Amino acid sequence: MRLAQHMAVASERVRATAIEATQFPELSQAYQVMAVPKVVINDRVQFEGALPEPEFLGAVLQAAGSDTAR
Amino acid sequence: MGFLTTQNEAGVRKAFDTLRDPVKLVVFSQSLAAADLCLQNEQLVREVASLSEKITVEVLNLAIDRERAEGYGVDQVPAIVVEGARDYGLRFYGVPHGREFQNFVEAIVLASNGEPALTEETRTALAGLGTDVEIKVFSTPT
Repeated sequence: MRLAQHMAVASERVRATAIEATQFPELSQAYQVMAVPKVVINDRVQFEGALPEPEFLGAVLQAAGSDTAR
Repeated sequence: MGFLTTQNEAGVRKAFDTLRDPVKLVVFSQSLAAADLCLQNEQLVREVASLSEKITVEVLNLAIDRERAEGYGVDQVPAIVVEGARDYGLRFYGVPHGREFQNFVEAIVLASNGEPALTEETRTALAGLGTDVEIKVFSTPT
């Protein structure tokens, strides 16, 4: 969540939503949350566990499909 | 009933010493949907807000304050929007206990200072984003 929050503050394009999985069982089921933390970006790219900043950024760019991002 | 122990209250106060700009915590509740959790959430938020005069709280009802909820993109309760000089897009669904609580405190500090700790490379890449990005992070208290 840390990186997601920092990215949200850095960019007006980014929103960081923390979801307490046990309090939202239906949502967790819909996103097939088996282990936490689980990160889902634009419902397109997902991964479990913490990633270092460059890899996390890579996932964000992949989800955004931002060939334009440099 | 308090949520914060003496120990973590001291830690939160210390973190809040670094607050710069005012922060508004917009809480969404809906008694019909999740009364107990919404009440717990409101109490936790008020308790945290009481630790700094820079933090204000607004409690809204998801069913009644629909336009506000839509504006924030909030569609579940309990929810918290952490707003600083602008709405940075920081959202919490569920009562932030345990590990989430640390993230919640950090979100408040970030929203107040508006200074993300990211590398230059990351900032540049984010500045080039051509579409909106929503990062959902699922977690549990422990």
